[in-house]
Amino acid sequence: MTALTLGKAINEGLRRSLASDDRVVLMGEDIGTLGGVFRVTDGLKAEFGPNRVVDTPLSEAGIIGTAVGLAYRGFRPVVEIQFDGFIYPGFDQLVAQVAKLHYRSRGNVRMPLTVRVPFGGGIGAAEHHSESPEAYFAHTAGLRVVACSNPADAYVMIQQAIASDDPVLFFEPKRRYHVKGEVDLTASLADAKPMGLATFIAKGDDVTLVTYGALVQTARDAAVAAAEDGVSIEVIDLRSLAPIDYESIAASVRRTGRLVVAHEAGEQGGLGGEIIAGITERCFDYLEAAPVRVTGHDIPYPPAKLERHHLPDLDRILDGVDRVLGRPNSLSGVEVGAR
Amino acid sequence: MTPSDRDATGLLTRPDHFVQLVSPTGERRADPEYDPWVADVDTDALARLFRDMAIVRRLDAEATALQRQGELGLWPPLAGQEAAQIGSARALRDDDFVFSSYREHAVAWCRGVGPAELLTVWRGSAASGWNPFEHAMAVPQIIIGAQALHATGYAMGQKWEGSDAASIAYFGDGATSEGDVNEAFVFAASFDAPVVFFIQNNQWAISEPVGLQSKQHLARRADGFGMPGIRVDGNDVLAVLAATRIALDRARRGEGPTLIEAVTYRMGPHTTADDPKRYRTDDELADWRTRDPLARVLALLAATGADADALEREVAEEARAAAAELRAAVTTIPDPEPMSVFDHVYAEPNTHLARQRDHYARYLAMYDETDAAASGAEGGAR
Repeated sequence: MTALTLGKAINEGLRRSLASDDRVVLMGEDIGTLGGVFRVTDGLKAEFGPNRVVDTPLSEAGIIGTAVGLAYRGFRPVVEIQFDGFIYPGFDQLVAQVAKLHYRSRGNVRMPLTVRVPFGGGIGAAEHHSESPEAYFAHTAGLRVVACSNPADAYVMIQQAIASDDPVLFFEPKRRYHVKGEVDLTASLADAKPMGLATFIAKGDDVTLVTYGALVQTARDAAVAAAEDGVSIEVIDLRSLAPIDYESIAASVRRTGRLVVAHEAGEQGGLGGEIIAGITERCFDYLEAAPVRVTGHDIPYPPAKLERHHLPDLDRILDGVDRVLGRPNSLSGVEVGAR
Repeated sequence: MTPSDRDATGLLTRPDHFVQLVSPTGERRADPEYDPWVADVDTDALARLFRDMAIVRRLDAEATALQRQGELGLWPPLAGQEAAQIGSARALRDDDFVFSSYREHAVAWCRGVGPAELLTVWRGSAASGWNPFEHAMAVPQIIIGAQALHATGYAMGQKWEGSDAASIAYFGDGATSEGDVNEAFVFAASFDAPVVFFIQNNQWAISEPVGLQSKQHLARRADGFGMPGIRVDGNDVLAVLAATRIALDRARRGEGPTLIEAVTYRMGPHTTADDPKRYRTDDELADWRTRDPLARVLALLAATGADADALEREVAEEARAAAAELRAAVTTIPDPEPMSVFDHVYAEPNTHLARQRDHYARYLAMYDETDAAASGAEGGAR
């Protein structure tokens, strides 16, 4: 085992993919000579050359659209979108081409693209640098969407995403790039947990708390805090946002009877609603209370000095837990401090 | 001066240069730069180009008729653009790869796409009619201009592999306003991608005239991207063949992309759902009729002493047979099975879609059983 940051773990995963399959090419803005603005591709151009790690012109549609052509040619492109909020110029190519070409070609053309997207807030950045656009892609048939939350998963999941014959949107929690964890760099991919399955981060009996990306760590902290308060939270790291591993969530909710879903993305049309609907369909008779969403507000991502009022944090997650438990909470009208 | 000599040809498009080797009345015009590229096109080869154009014109008319008769849901006619498509597609090698829009039926014909394969999409029977890798031609692209990027990426791959094959992107004048097309120009130029951008400027993007897309000849757009632009008479199959060969030669030599503007005209509607009378005049149509791509080749063949009448008769008979084959093919296209609606969404198993598929199968089965029970009851009553 090796202690690596999440960013370095992805770097190692990319390195292993590049080394094991010469059809893998990395494309993106500033990913070559600079090593990416977050240094996730650091050293890879020097090691594999400019035709394997390609600095591209500043055009997201261009990057994704040429990656489509490369996939036609049999390549396995790994595309970096520099920041979440920059993905929209490439949205058409992703939704109208990448997602549909396998279907359109009746299975003849595979689109094994991986689109890496540093996502989410909490880094005090400028506009368009802190967004959570995952629901757009989870809504799109033909795409797979995953989000990693820790170095060990990141190392394995990036390789699984690249090896997948389906296009994968790979969301990286940018504010956790520097969080360290133990990674087994020799682990066999064949034995690894499939990226479509969720992971139980903490076992608990009272409430099921589902989240992904950067909030997994926040949720784990919330579980620790709640335990001191006598509440046992089961934390699930969703990992795959499309498809969703309902079996794991349902198994938990059938025990706890209570569900909270947390994400940085806004509430309306977000994954929280989808997960709650899916679980309600499957587990209605087991639910003890209406499931609760703890999400970003339905606002454009706010300026840096306001982002702590937007992002779900430990206290807001615990407030959601109180709500699903029927305890005094922000919606029950009890004054702060009274609980 | 050789066309691949960058210094001599220059990257700058000559705005007054309109490549035409055969005039609308069939006179052969000498062009020292382009003539060498079609020096091999003898009477027989010219006759073959005529044959291609005549057959695809007949197939196109037949497909329009099939739409009128309800056999196809829609058809985008190519009438008028035969020379642009045949001339360019006949310049390609088998290992070059084509990315087209939805009107390139003549290109598909050149790539060996069969009648049923050609009509499948327009009958609404499947999302595509052929395997792109069997014909080295992607299935038609509906999003305007998106394929320019795919052709560029494919060409980047060809180059990285050390292949001397090229790719070609077909799109129309309207597509030149799309970001994708301009971004493809940037990528192709930056990476010296072996790609030919082939604009069929057919004057109209549904109801919008080319003047709404560009204030200058489209070929001149090339200058700003650092690639050569060629403006060619798109109704002159010989000139189109020469221009495309030059562009492909540049690509194969590693000199990067070329932009070709083939000036042509869409004689028919945008699709069978369109009514061009609402936006263009009969005079304009009549004017373009005098620049017909087929008539000029026939006139040239006659002038060179070939038996043009015999050729015309012979080819007309071939075209009739091809049309009959097309008509026969349309009814052989199988209606899709209901559950195939879920096929090929993903290449790998997907738990979410598997559940939905299973649910819908059970739903359909419920009705099958109801129908069976109902017909059984009816049978009993009789």
